[in-house]
Amino acid sequence: MKKYLSFFRLRFAMGLQYRAAAFGGIATQFTWGAMEIMIFRAFYRSDASAFPMSFSATASYLWLQQAFLAFFATWMMDGDIFDSIVNGDVAYELCRPVSIYNMWFSKGLSTRLSRAVLRCFPILTVAALLPQPYGLNAPASPMHFVLFLLTLILGLLMTVSLCVLICILAFFTISPMGLQMVFTSMTDFFAGALIPLPFFPENVQRVMELLPFAAMQNVPLRIYGGSMSCYEMQKAVFLQIFWLTAITFTGKMLCRLAAKRITVQGG
Amino acid sequence: MITMEHVCKSYKIAKRNAGFGEAVKALFHRDYEIIHALNDVSFTIRDGEMVGYIGPNGAGKSSTIKILSGILTPDCGTVLVDGRIPYKNRIKHVKEIGVVFGQRSQLWWDVPVIDSFELLKDIYSIPDPRYQQSLEELTELLNLAELLRSPARQLSLGQRMRCEIAASLLHRPRILFLDEPTIGLDAVSKLAVRDFILNQNKTHGTTVILTTHDMQDIEALASRIILIGKGRILMDGTLDDIKKGGGNIDETVAELYRAYDIQ
Amino acid sequence: MNKIRKAVRLYFHYISINIRCAMQYKTSFFLTAAGQFLVSFTAFLGMFVLFQRFSRVEGFTYSEVLLCFAVMLMEFSLAEMFARGFDRFSGMVRTGEFDRVLVRPQNEIIQVLGSKFELTRFGRMLQAAVMFMYGITKSGIQWNFPKILTVIFMLTGGTAVFFALFIIYAALCFFTLEGLEFMNIFTDGAREFGKYPVNVYGPKLLLFTTFIIPYALIQYYPLLYILGRRTEPFFPFLPLLACWFLIPALLFWKFGVRHYKSSGS
Repeated sequence: MKKYLSFFRLRFAMGLQYRAAAFGGIATQFTWGAMEIMIFRAFYRSDASAFPMSFSATASYLWLQQAFLAFFATWMMDGDIFDSIVNGDVAYELCRPVSIYNMWFSKGLSTRLSRAVLRCFPILTVAALLPQPYGLNAPASPMHFVLFLLTLILGLLMTVSLCVLICILAFFTISPMGLQMVFTSMTDFFAGALIPLPFFPENVQRVMELLPFAAMQNVPLRIYGGSMSCYEMQKAVFLQIFWLTAITFTGKMLCRLAAKRITVQGG
Repeated sequence: MITMEHVCKSYKIAKRNAGFGEAVKALFHRDYEIIHALNDVSFTIRDGEMVGYIGPNGAGKSSTIKILSGILTPDCGTVLVDGRIPYKNRIKHVKEIGVVFGQRSQLWWDVPVIDSFELLKDIYSIPDPRYQQSLEELTELLNLAELLRSPARQLSLGQRMRCEIAASLLHRPRILFLDEPTIGLDAVSKLAVRDFILNQNKTHGTTVILTTHDMQDIEALASRIILIGKGRILMDGTLDDIKKGGGNIDETVAELYRAYDIQ
Repeated sequence: MNKIRKAVRLYFHYISINIRCAMQYKTSFFLTAAGQFLVSFTAFLGMFVLFQRFSRVEGFTYSEVLLCFAVMLMEFSLAEMFARGFDRFSGMVRTGEFDRVLVRPQNEIIQVLGSKFELTRFGRMLQAAVMFMYGITKSGIQWNFPKILTVIFMLTGGTAVFFALFIIYAALCFFTLEGLEFMNIFTDGAREFGKYPVNVYGPKLLLFTTFIIPYALIQYYPLLYILGRRTEPFFPFLPLLACWFLIPALLFWKFGVRHYKSSGS
């Protein structure tokens, strides 16, 4: 545990080191969020009655999305890990006496956590100060806020385990690059990163909410705004836990299989 | 002829102490340090000379080579190479020079070496007959016949370095800069590379400027040695000047570094 | 003239060697191209989903926005295919690979462009072409010569604008390797947000994209002409005017090269 903590500190210090990168990143995400909100504003103006949630709830959703981008962006995968798979260095790591799954998992977790911690506060602060209905709202209730934090963490763990799974799958495919690209664009779409899930047609939305992708950003960001009923929230948390267990388990199994394959083939 | 007069070059780098608190502090305030890579450097190299340029890491060797090859612009001083100012008439200048960076490759990784050569022919606009002639000569001297059809990624380090050197000489430069050309090579390849460089100098009168940490390279190739440390020229003489005390050249150079306090 | 012909020939030599490299990994190549296709496809799906719910946005219908999206995507992928070398330019500066470029007697831009030609971006182009066909058939536009010319000018001007942005992005690397993320707003961001005509984002942004970074000249104004909402005869030529943006970009690049601090030993 101590090992992981010092690793996190190192990552965080590295993030601070590149302050221009951090400022640049914050400015980028802020602009991106503002542009998204303007698109939705244009649609809202055209037909407010067709909006599935209030405009200010949509704005809050988009700001939270930008603030915690590093928690959920599947395209922020660890380049080192991918490179090691492409050039074959991964073989050495698989043969070491440490669990490669745990290592990759903690690496992904600490990278995402340090990135988000560094960037979320400025974005949240500025967004909260913006005039209504463009700014970030307060959470629906203290209970919603607690639940938001809980599902946020679950969503983060979900993202990390899904990314590790993709890394391991890449090991079995001939085109890790192609796999990564298809995977990231698909998750972006199904997780509600491009368009929040409530904007989808209702029957499509019902299916999408059952998929593992919805267990990432969709749940916490919608709970924050208070647009889910008590029953829906219970179901969502249950699904998050279910998918997290399932994906982690699958990843671990495949990891063992990959290691076996390497030892059998002799590297 | 190459002349450098009172050349200076400095860099600004950010520095920070270790530790978490320091990292947070650096977010708001940053200290900078000026590094004088070259501090009033002057020398002249005549046509056809072979010069070994030595000094510890970070002494300013690379900066000198980069200024002479037109990559960097000096802060002050004058640089003339065969009457050209390298960083002003870049394109005209680099037609006449060849550069080998020992640690970097200029070959395309996934295609046969000969394909990289063909591209270089276009880049340097080498006329057909001259290209053929150069290629034949280099193939023979460096023993490349077997290698030209294989992709660079399949070659050993020694084989690749021979191809790199050939690539830098296809256009028949009058001046050749070699930045650690024998780094990581096995004994046979090292000897082959040295022989070849000597031969080029003899038959074509190519001026060779060589930086290396391998003192055997210097012994074999350089008739003149320039020692640089902390951005200044500390010694400019022949191999015999350095070896005055006799004995092993590595030890002599190490002693020199210590004497000048440039470790 | 001879000089230009030589430069073009050299560029094609670079392309051919890039393709030969890519063909060493054929399966990977086709799968990556397929990946590129899918990436933009979800962008389209997102738009499609919104139009299931809303019939129009700022007075533009689904098929009109689709046309806008397709042209923008085409402009972007054309520029991207050729100028991808600039995208990995920060790497070239970081590793000192740019040193090699400078010791060769050719224009730096051609060499950087040639260093990487991404044929897999063809996947995105294909996507743009399909969208384009779809958009045209759905839009019900009465095509005539000036309108076709407008589309050609849009593609030319748009490619030039994105190309210029890639150059600016690369030139910034001469001064800093950090914080470049912000430039993504102008490249990837413009592609994403350019799906919708820029007036959607309000009058201030329309002003900015008319006079500072001329996105509106390659997207909004010519679109109005094609849709028959504006009929002034100078409208088809506005996208060509956007090419002026290349001038400051190239000047900035030249300025940057002079400031190049080679790193590493």
